[in-house]
Amino acid sequence: MSREELIAKLNAALEGWLDTNEQARTMPNNDIMIVLRSESLLEAMGRLRWDSAFEFSVLMNHLGVDYKDRFGVIYNIFSPSLGRKLTVKAYVEHEKPVVHTLESLYRGINWYERETYDMLGIVFRRHSNLRRLLLPEDWEGHPLRKDYVYPESYGGQDHSREDLLDSCASGKTAKGDSDG
Amino acid sequence: MAKYSSKEMVLNMGPHHPSTHGVLRFILQTDGEMMVKATPDVGFLHRGLEKIAEKVPWQSFMPYTDRIDYLASVNCNLGYALAVERLAGVEVPERAEYLRVIAAELGRLGSHFIGFGALLLDLGAVTPFVHALRERETFNDLMEMLTGARLTHNYVRIGGVSHDLPEGFLDKCREFVDHLEHEFIPEFNDLISFNSILINRLANVGVITEETAREFTLVGANLRGAGVPFDLRKDEPYSIYDRFEFDVPVGRGKFGQRGDCYDRYWVRVEEVTESCRIIRQAIDGLPGSGETRTRLPKVFKVPEGEAYVRTESPRGELGFYIISDGGKMPYRLKIRTGSFSSITIIEHISQGVMVADLVAIIGSLDVVAPEIDR
Repeated sequence: MSREELIAKLNAALEGWLDTNEQARTMPNNDIMIVLRSESLLEAMGRLRWDSAFEFSVLMNHLGVDYKDRFGVIYNIFSPSLGRKLTVKAYVEHEKPVVHTLESLYRGINWYERETYDMLGIVFRRHSNLRRLLLPEDWEGHPLRKDYVYPESYGGQDHSREDLLDSCASGKTAKGDSDG
Repeated sequence: MAKYSSKEMVLNMGPHHPSTHGVLRFILQTDGEMMVKATPDVGFLHRGLEKIAEKVPWQSFMPYTDRIDYLASVNCNLGYALAVERLAGVEVPERAEYLRVIAAELGRLGSHFIGFGALLLDLGAVTPFVHALRERETFNDLMEMLTGARLTHNYVRIGGVSHDLPEGFLDKCREFVDHLEHEFIPEFNDLISFNSILINRLANVGVITEETAREFTLVGANLRGAGVPFDLRKDEPYSIYDRFEFDVPVGRGKFGQRGDCYDRYWVRVEEVTESCRIIRQAIDGLPGSGETRTRLPKVFKVPEGEAYVRTESPRGELGFYIISDGGKMPYRLKIRTGSFSSITIIEHISQGVMVADLVAIIGSLDVVAPEIDR
């Protein structure tokens, strides 16, 4: 199946579930990316997973992104029968980021979603075990958010320091103030 | 007469335990000698690499990739470099491509020595581990010659590699590969692989079927051990892997059921020979002279866009999902590693096994803790 055929097929099969603002497009690594509406993520991904015309049965990767005005959840899926990769993206509002879990489709996604929750605070509805994964349970905030403030201390230990990374990146000398 | 209670017991394995391969903790629910469930608890080595990536320029993130998988750092360098190059459209000189393949395959060898060596050590076989470590030592020497470092090599650059070859490296490399293929592997197999005690410990233990492996997104040697002939070097060739001839070993149930611990062990042993074949071909095909690095602009910026690029590291699919907003630094960088998916399956397959077999299962999945936590 050629790329154009697959895109046409995807558009037909996912009609009504796709985000109307963004078209299917080709990424720099020749993958196809489609954007779904976040409320229909489960139905649409279910179609991609089980429909015999697609069979995207392998989850390669999942991540969340903070776009400042909204969040994005991204799923990289692979279809061994088609030999094709697909990147699926959905946008979630920034105020109350909630999206349905895909555990019923990909069992291995459990920890990926936990990591996204841990790092970005995106809540996966009906997830079986939505706890922090990498950070301690009593950690405050979600580090991969763009507005994350570095903690001054944790567990009674002082962590305040000059923000070396920021000063390295901007080429200036280290300053005392943090980026906040 | 006192009654024996049959209550479940909760035990802590780790974070500092000799057979957890790094700082990794398991909460074990046991019923006598049987395991009810083993729940992994991770995050002890979390360094926030993904956050650091958003704060440093594109080239400066390269040394951090060494720390993702300390047993095979060149492979992590390569994965990151390929992802950035794909996004930025940077071409790599021919000679650098060959040097990358040689270094990456050496990295795979070095990683597998520890991979199966440590599995044997965990099972109580100390001598074979020392044999594997002896080869790892030669690998370290070779890498020191090539890159200047023994552990965190930081060899690959965006657009090429950091140095050209030192004098005499190729001869030593060829000697090493010949030694492995003709002396080490046959000797190692006679010593331990076909040892009936080892077979009893590994065969029919921790069986992962093809279906479960796919469901839990297993990758690399663990997936191939379950009988799926999937290798990114073959199925989705990156760099110049399409120029080399090699086989993809898969689990066939050599001494028991397909997908058991022995199959995963055996796939790694066989991959050593395959990597040797690739290295030999890469040495033969290496262009005599030429550039080893593309010149990049002083302020290197990557055009706006996003891509997921995956490579076959010793622990399976190593993927970098990079989002660039056109700036000097990544906007978001996600590292997808093989160990992360291997560890999720432990909870599932550890149900109802013997406590002593858990060590074999963890070892056979070749989990490296910093790769999980990043």
